[in-house]
Amino acid sequence: MNKVLKSFFIFFFLLFLQVFVLNNIQFLGYVNPYLYIAFVFFYPLKENRFPFLLTTFLLGLFVDFFSDSGGIHAFSILCIGYSRLFFIRVYFRKLPIDYPFFKLQLETFGKIFNYVVTLTVIHHLILFSFANFSFQNIVHVLLNTLFSSVFTLLLFFLGTYIFTKNK
Amino acid sequence: MQQLIYFFRKFKYFLFFLLLQFIAIGLTFNNLNFHKSKYVNSANTITGGFYAKFSNFSDYLNLKTENEILSEENTKLKNLLDKNNAVIINGDTKVIDSIKYQQKYTYTTAKIIKNDYSNAFNFITVNKGKKQGILKEMAVINSKGIIGITDNVSKNYATVQSILSKNSKINARIKNSNQFGSLEWNGKDYNIVQLMDIPKQESLKIGDTIETGGKSTIFPEGILIGTVLKMNQGNTADNKIDVKLFNDMSNLGYVYIVKNLHKVEIRLLENTTDE
Repeated sequence: MNKVLKSFFIFFFLLFLQVFVLNNIQFLGYVNPYLYIAFVFFYPLKENRFPFLLTTFLLGLFVDFFSDSGGIHAFSILCIGYSRLFFIRVYFRKLPIDYPFFKLQLETFGKIFNYVVTLTVIHHLILFSFANFSFQNIVHVLLNTLFSSVFTLLLFFLGTYIFTKNK
Repeated sequence: MQQLIYFFRKFKYFLFFLLLQFIAIGLTFNNLNFHKSKYVNSANTITGGFYAKFSNFSDYLNLKTENEILSEENTKLKNLLDKNNAVIINGDTKVIDSIKYQQKYTYTTAKIIKNDYSNAFNFITVNKGKKQGILKEMAVINSKGIIGITDNVSKNYATVQSILSKNSKINARIKNSNQFGSLEWNGKDYNIVQLMDIPKQESLKIGDTIETGGKSTIFPEGILIGTVLKMNQGNTADNKIDVKLFNDMSNLGYVYIVKNLHKVEIRLLENTTDE
């Protein structure tokens, strides 16, 4: 029960942080962090994946509601939400038996870094190509992916560093 | 049958994933279509209400510039009024009050509670809706120039398709000339839009003013847009002109929503001639 409540809290915290604070940053007019995907990293691993997929979809959809963007956030966050297990298997070598004991903070930094960077870049690439919706500005899309990913990752690692040190 | 159940069991997560992805894609495609984007938008009560609360706080920061813009516009309007009075006094004493009967546009003020300018398809949310008589496809302008066209309307809020959208196409012309083209945006710089299809013979200089053309039923004639920044030299295939906007689209406060009282009549007439 406690875990459900915690996920619920993280869900709304990330949603409001994204739409009211981070969406207004627009550094240099187009570089923007998308920190709400941290939900995918924090949500505990479970055998039953339906609640996880549904909540990630809803988080993306709510961000879409606030930013009038159709379903692009829902689409891209669901993509990394679904492919999360694959990357956990690749980077951390975990089997379904290990899922209840898996905690991201307990892993080595190198592995966490690889995992988070991969998912973030995938998410941003899908998001920006969908938002742009043509091949005309492909350079723009790639640059935007690069800069925004760096921004998101910076915020994510700073945030986790601060919050874990306090404990 | 057993095979089928086995199949569903094995791929249940993947199928669920596909189902949700299809919903997301459907919503995205709906949103790209200007006339159909009705499901996911920030004009509903919850998101609109949240944005209204938040803009209440952030408005204090812009109060000073907002005041300056207002007083500037007041001076402009006062000058216009005086000009009008002079005409009435100088002219025949039998002035027919034609304003009341020939009024074509009404204006409603609204406040922007959410503004986007960094995506390829940008939407703005304003705090007026059906209750205040706002409908779909009305022009949104401010004292410096055009901003967009209303899209989705709820009871108290409306979303506006910004001119910074790849879907936007607005009839525009060069000031003091009747040659018109259409105003589009390539999605790159939020201060620069593109004017397409202006005839080549037209003599144009950098710094010329571009305004709305009055050939659409949405925008009134002569609303300012921007100045010519760059144009193609010589004979190139596309005659595209870069236009620098008067408005700073990243910093907008209060806007006017323009209702065209003759719109229904014009549309009806055009539709009957089509058939």
